Amino acid sequence: MPVKETFYDVMRRQGITRRSFLKFCSLTAAAMGLSPAYAAKIADAMETKPRIPVLWLHGLECTCCSESFIRSGHPLAKDVILSMISLDYDDTIMAAAGHRAEAIVNETIEKYDGQFILACEGNPGLEQENTGGMSCIIAGRPYTEQLREAAKHAKAIISWGSCASWGCVQAAAPNPTGATPIHKVPGIADVPIIKVPGCPPISEVMTAVITYILTFERLPSLDRQGRPKMFYSQRIHDKCYRRPHFDAGQFVEHWDDEGARKGYCLYKMGCKGPTTYNACSTIRWNGGLSFPIQSGHPCIGCSEDGFWDKGGFYNRLTNIHQFGIEANADEIGMGAAGIVGGAVAAHAAVSALKRSQHKGDE
Amino acid sequence: MSALSHKMHSEPAVYVYEAPVRIWHWINASAILVLAVTGYFIGSPLPAQPGEASDNFLMGYIRFAHFAAAYVFLIGFLGRIYWAFVGNHHAREILAPPLLKASFWGGVWHEAKWYLFLAKEPRKYTGHNPLAALVMHIMFVWAAIFMIVTGLALYGEGEGFDSWQHALFSSWIIPLFGQSQDVHTYHHLVMWVIISFVIIHVYVAIREDIMSRQSIVSSMISGWRTFKDKGEVDKE
Ligand code: HEM
Ligand code: HEM
Ligand code: SF4
Ligand code: SF4
Repeated sequence: MPVKETFYDVMRRQGITRRSFLKFCSLTAAAMGLSPAYAAKIADAMETKPRIPVLWLHGLECTCCSESFIRSGHPLAKDVILSMISLDYDDTIMAAAGHRAEAIVNETIEKYDGQFILACEGNPGLEQENTGGMSCIIAGRPYTEQLREAAKHAKAIISWGSCASWGCVQAAAPNPTGATPIHKVPGIADVPIIKVPGCPPISEVMTAVITYILTFERLPSLDRQGRPKMFYSQRIHDKCYRRPHFDAGQFVEHWDDEGARKGYCLYKMGCKGPTTYNACSTIRWNGGLSFPIQSGHPCIGCSEDGFWDKGGFYNRLTNIHQFGIEANADEIGMGAAGIVGGAVAAHAAVSALKRSQHKGDE
Repeated sequence: MSALSHKMHSEPAVYVYEAPVRIWHWINASAILVLAVTGYFIGSPLPAQPGEASDNFLMGYIRFAHFAAAYVFLIGFLGRIYWAFVGNHHAREILAPPLLKASFWGGVWHEAKWYLFLAKEPRKYTGHNPLAALVMHIMFVWAAIFMIVTGLALYGEGEGFDSWQHALFSSWIIPLFGQSQDVHTYHHLVMWVIISFVIIHVYVAIREDIMSRQSIVSSMISGWRTFKDKGEVDKE
């Protein structure tokens, strides 16, 4: 077996300075909510531990996760990240193509059997297994096969983004292709699955997850739904800088109104911050530059299960489909209460009538 | 005059609703009033408040009132369940109606006919009539349990991962419904179930007070059931 390179070796080879490297380590420690002392631990791990092999597969997806990943906030982090993965397999950004590329998959599986991380971007469309159709073909084979095969040999799976974690847009009703999140794919090997939802997930979150696994040689602790607790244990709303306006009852009522200019809370514009678990309001986007709410747009809940199917992004009360019509709780409830109220009034009228008749009988 | 009053009080009054049940009833009704009003405004907040954020706390107070009333509602409900064990048998009527007894359903049917103007007279009951017990069991007891469980799950989200509300409720209720937004939606929807119940309940209480053969509204105040005629009581 060849001597395994460390991340640091790879980075140095790519011309990253030690200073940038250390900066990356402290930023990552901060993103993970660890004390500054851990920056040194991360640096040490990156210098001494063999690089974790990552096999990055793409199913039905839009590549926004990759786009996010290579735009990691720290200027040089993107190179770090690229060196983390490009040496193995990622059909979007690797240099190799065709048979050579496919050979890398087999090589990784053989060489690092049970040690590599299988990073899944996108998900398989399972409907074709029933209909005999063919789509999402990689090197002549359906993606589903490649996925099941690779999963058997992986140490763990990372479900990047809402596609792999929940299904996302391709699984939105009526889900014609049968797009299915990784953990629900029948026959997928029984390996730990880390969900990193978001459309896309924040790049710092993505890199931190890999860095954590390297540094501590274990998977980050997950919540019940399989998301790393350190990034998904709070809602956007819990750390939103517009929260004081929420508590004060100061809301944007219409686009471009006075409240919008003053930066009031976007709750009435349908903000899903109160129901969305993600790190946008703390880590933010594009190197901490901003995040949707900061630029005046409500959170659409992109890291939540089924966010496409909950009715309008700009409605606070979202739809219930079980009733066959698109209506929110107030519309259905008020309708029902109205019927009950009408029935009660009618019943009271008939009762009064009957009673007066009855009185006459006596 | 004297003949009439003789007719109305021809049977001894029965003590039905013990003090804890009565006190609970009115506390519970007040808590639900607060919960429904504040809950509605949590879903559709009032118009924006002018001035600085630091000078206002309207949404905060509305939410606080919701949570305070929620705990009153919750503790009251637990107390009511406790009373079902130690109180008289009427205290168990709405919590454990005899759903497996045919005679119970016969009673439900008769009461339903009475409300559909098909039966000439309702039967006489010391406690709730079977239809009332059934409706209260479904539209009140189960709706209350639903609101408490989903409400605590939503509350645990704000309290955070290390709170007992999160550990006991949010951690499994939220995934069960899919995501937090769905829990909000159903918590909201069941409010309308409870409001529908209250509309029916208050109407029926007043109607029965006038039209049935026993006292109703005053029974939930004094606890005593009095009867207006000599007919047999609790005939199934
Ligand atoms: C009869 C009982 C209750 C009624 C009618 C009621 C009604 C409501 C309504 C309509 C909402 C707004 C939902 C939305 O559209 O987002 C709400 C929110 C909420 N309720 Fe209740 N509720 C009740 C009981 C409870 C209980 C027992 C709790 C437990 C602590 C609770 C906790 C909450 C919480 C935490 C929220 C979310 C507040 C927020 O998002 O800021 N509720 N409730
Ligand atoms: C939020 C509003 C209310 C709720 C949720 C509610 C709920 C209930 C429940 C659960 C019971 C059964 C008590 C037991 O057996 O433990 C009950 C009984 C009763 N309630 Fe209410 N109630 C409400 C408001 C009212 C109001 C406004 C009135 C007055 C008009 C009223 C009059 C009564 C009466 C008279 C009974 C006893 C019925 C009987 O004699 O069989 N309730 N209520
Ligand atoms: S803008 Fe959205 S996340 Fe921020 S406080 Fe308002 S509702 Fe919450
Ligand atoms: S603010 Fe909401 S919708 Fe926007 S990226 Fe974050 S989680 Fe997704």
